[in-house]
Amino acid sequence: MIAETGHFALVLALMVALVQATVPMIGAHRGNALMMAMDKPSSYSQVLLVAFAFGCLTYSHVTSDFSVLNVVQNSHSKMPMLYKVSAVWGNHEGSLLLWVLILSLFGSAVALFGGNLPPTLRARVLGVQAMIAVGFYLFMLLTSNPFLRQFPIPLDGKEMNPLLQDPGLAFHPPFLYLGYVGFSMAFSFAIAALIEGRVDAAWARWVRPWTLAAWTFLTIGVALGSWWAYYELGWGGWWFWDPVENASFMPWLAGTALLHSAIVVEKRDTMKAWTIFLAILAFSLSLLGTFLVRSGVLTSVHAFATDPERGVFILMLLLIVIGGSLVLFAIRAPALKSTGVFKPISREGGLLLNNLVMSTGAAVVLLGTLYPLFLDAVGGGKVSVGPPFFNSVFIPLMLPMLFAMGFGPVLAWKRTDMVEAAKRLKLAFIATGLVLAAMLAIAFDGPFMGIVGITIATWVFMATAVELAERIKLFSAPRQALSRLLRQQRASWGMTLAHMGLAIAIAGMAGAGGWKVEKIQTMVPGQSVNLAGYDFKFMGARRAQGPNYTIVEGTFQVSEDGNPVVTLHPEKRNYPVRQMPTTEAAIHTLFMGDLYAVIGDPEGSEGGFVTRLYYNPLIAWMWFGAFVMVFGSVISISDRRYRVGAPKGHASGKQVGAKA
Amino acid sequence: MKRLMYLAPLAVFLVIAGYFAVGLKLNPRDLPSVLIDQKVESFALKPIKGYDRGFSSEDLKGQVSLVNFWGSWCVACLAEHPMLMKIAEQKLVPLYGIDWREKDPDAGPQWLKRRGDPYTLIGDDPESKAAIAFGVYGAPESFIVDQRGTIRYKHTGVIDEGNWASTLWPLIQELRKQ
Repeated sequence: MIAETGHFALVLALMVALVQATVPMIGAHRGNALMMAMDKPSSYSQVLLVAFAFGCLTYSHVTSDFSVLNVVQNSHSKMPMLYKVSAVWGNHEGSLLLWVLILSLFGSAVALFGGNLPPTLRARVLGVQAMIAVGFYLFMLLTSNPFLRQFPIPLDGKEMNPLLQDPGLAFHPPFLYLGYVGFSMAFSFAIAALIEGRVDAAWARWVRPWTLAAWTFLTIGVALGSWWAYYELGWGGWWFWDPVENASFMPWLAGTALLHSAIVVEKRDTMKAWTIFLAILAFSLSLLGTFLVRSGVLTSVHAFATDPERGVFILMLLLIVIGGSLVLFAIRAPALKSTGVFKPISREGGLLLNNLVMSTGAAVVLLGTLYPLFLDAVGGGKVSVGPPFFNSVFIPLMLPMLFAMGFGPVLAWKRTDMVEAAKRLKLAFIATGLVLAAMLAIAFDGPFMGIVGITIATWVFMATAVELAERIKLFSAPRQALSRLLRQQRASWGMTLAHMGLAIAIAGMAGAGGWKVEKIQTMVPGQSVNLAGYDFKFMGARRAQGPNYTIVEGTFQVSEDGNPVVTLHPEKRNYPVRQMPTTEAAIHTLFMGDLYAVIGDPEGSEGGFVTRLYYNPLIAWMWFGAFVMVFGSVISISDRRYRVGAPKGHASGKQVGAKA
Repeated sequence: MKRLMYLAPLAVFLVIAGYFAVGLKLNPRDLPSVLIDQKVESFALKPIKGYDRGFSSEDLKGQVSLVNFWGSWCVACLAEHPMLMKIAEQKLVPLYGIDWREKDPDAGPQWLKRRGDPYTLIGDDPESKAAIAFGVYGAPESFIVDQRGTIRYKHTGVIDEGNWASTLWPLIQELRKQ
C-alpha cells in the first residue's frame, strides 16, 4: 500500500504542477490577481505531495520492503541504517525523486519568502519552476517509476554498490542536487525577466541570494565528491576529470560567473543580457549533467543507469527547456537596455574578465567531456579524453584570471588608473616575491606547476588581505581600524573570505599536484619503507567482519626520526552480495600534508601484502579552502540587502515602487 | 548583426543536441576490437584439472566456431550459463570454453561439475595468454571465428536469447555459406 500511495502522490503532484505552470502565467499576462495568487497554494501542495512520496520510498527502503523493485535492486537487509536511507537516492529513480523534492522545496521557498517580489514576477517565476517540474514528473512516471513492485518477492536485495556505501557519498548527491536544482531559481528568474522584458537592480538583488545558495551547495557537493574520490578510490588522487566530475564542475564555473555578473547588474545596470545568458547556462549545464550521467551517452565509472529510452526522454526535455529558453533569449534579450558604461580597466572590466574566463573554462571542460561522443558520432572511433588535455588547457587559462583576481577588488567602478591600483597592492607584490624566492632557494628544481601554483595562491591570498587592510585603513588610521573592520558589510566579508578560500584551495591543489610522493611495493610484517621523511612500518594484517562485508585490516606504525607519529589502519573490504572489493585508505592529516596508506592483496607466502603509501603535501588545504569559500558565501547570503522578506532598503524600495 | 550574436547560443546548443541524438544510438558497450578480421595468434592451452584435452588455435580450423571466455569468479557468466547449455544441447555450433584467470585450479572444474559443461573443448588460461590473443576486456566475452581461424565478431557481455537470435546465430549461418 505504501508504495502505491507514494506513486499516487506523485501523480497528484504532476496535476498540481500542470495547474501551476499555466494558471499563474496566464494570470500574470492578463493582470488577473486571483489567477496569479494560485502560485502560492500550488507550490505548497507540490512540496507536500513530493515530500510524502519521498517519505513513502524512504519507508520502503528503511523497512527493507523487498516487494518494491527499487529496494530489491539497491538495498539489502544487512546494510547499516545510514546506507539503507542513502540507498533511496543512490539510484536512478530515487535520485530523480530527490531532484523533484528539492525543486519543489525551492519553489515553496519563493512562495514563502517572496513577499516583496512583484506579484507578476513571482507568478511567472513559479510558473517556470512548475514547467520544469512537469517535465521531471513525466520523466519519472513514464520511464523511471521508483514505486514499481516485484513479484515474486525475493528473500533479500541486491545491495547498493559498495563504493557508494560511504558516509561522504551518502550526503554528496543531496548537496550536489541542491546546487544543480538551486540554479533552476536563477533560471526561472531569468525566463520571467525575459517574458517581462525588464532586468534591473532589484531583479539582480532578488536573484543573487538564490544563486549564492545554489553555488554554496554545489561547492559543498563538488568538494565532498573529490574528498570521496581521494579516500575511497585509494589512488591518492582527488580529481580525475571523469565525465561525471566534469558534469558537476561545469555548472559550478557558470554559476561562479553568474554570481559575479549579477553584481554588475545590481550596481551598474549593465551586462544584463549576459547575466540572463549565464543564468540559463548554469541551469542548462546542470540539466546536461543529469543527462550525461543518466542517459549512457558517455560511459564512466559513475554511469550506474544507462538506458537509451530514458536518454531519448531526457534529450527531449533538454531540447524543450534549453532550446526553448535560448529561443526566448534570442528574441527578447536584444531589447534589454543597459545604462552603465565602463572602461576596460575598471571593476566592471575585472568582473567581465572573470566571466569570460569562467565561461571559457566551462566551454573547455564541455568540449573535453563531449569530444569522445563527437568523434564516435561521426564514426571516428572510441577515444577518451583524460587529465593531460584538461590540465594543459584549463590550468593555463585560469592563471591569468587568478592574477587579475588580486586586482579586482581594488579597482573602482567605471574607470581606474592601473598604476594606482598596483601601488595599493605593493605589499602583496612584495610578499609574493618573498615566497617565490624562498621556494626557489629551497627547491630550485622543484616541479614547475607546483611552484607556479603556490606563487599564484600566495598572490591571491595576499592581495585579498591587503585590500581588506586598505579598506579598513589599517595602515593610514589604525586606531579606528577595528571598528571599521566590524562595520564591513557582510557581502564584502563574503567576497574576502571566498577569495581567500580559493587561494588556500589552490595552494592545496598545487602542493598535492606538484610534490606528491608515492611508493607501491610488497611488504612483509616488520618491514619498513621510508617516504618523504616518514618511516612506515608494516605490522601485519588481520581479518575481521563488518555488518555486510569482510575486512582485511593492515596496521602501519609511522614514525619520524624514531619518534612515533601515528598508527594507520587501512582496510580492504569485500562485499559478498555483489562480490565487490573496496579500499578504505587510512589517512592522517598533518598541517603540511597527509600520510596516506592503502593495503592491497596478499602476496607471497610470508604474510606479505601489496601496499601503496603516499605523502600528499598540503592536500587538506584544498577542502579547508572550500570550507572557507562556503563560509564566506553563507555570510554573504546573510547580508541584509539580500535578506529575504526583510523591510525594503532605501535603494530597493525605490525600484520596487517603480515596478509595482 | 547584433541579433545574430544572440542566436549563437541556440545554434551551438542545437549542434550539441544533434550529436546527443546520434550518440544515443551508439552502444557504449560496443567495444570495437582491433583484432576483428585478423587471424587468431596461435596458442595452445593446457586442459583444466580433471580433463585430458586442452584447447589450441589448431582446433579452430575447418569450421565456424564460438569461443567463450569465462571464469568461476565471474558473476555474469553464471547468468549466461543456461543459454550456453541450450546452444550445446542443440549442437548448433562447436562451443569452445576458455577458463580465464582462475586462481584455484579446482574452481573451474567444480563450477562446471555443479552446473553442467556446455563446452566441446576447454583450455585453461590462468595467465591470460589466449585472452591477449583475442583482445579480451572482461568476462564473459565471446568470439565467432570462421573456417580459416579469423576472428569475425566479438560479443561483449552475456549471450542471451535476444542477441543470439538477432545477431550471433544469423552471423554463424552466413559464415558457414562462405
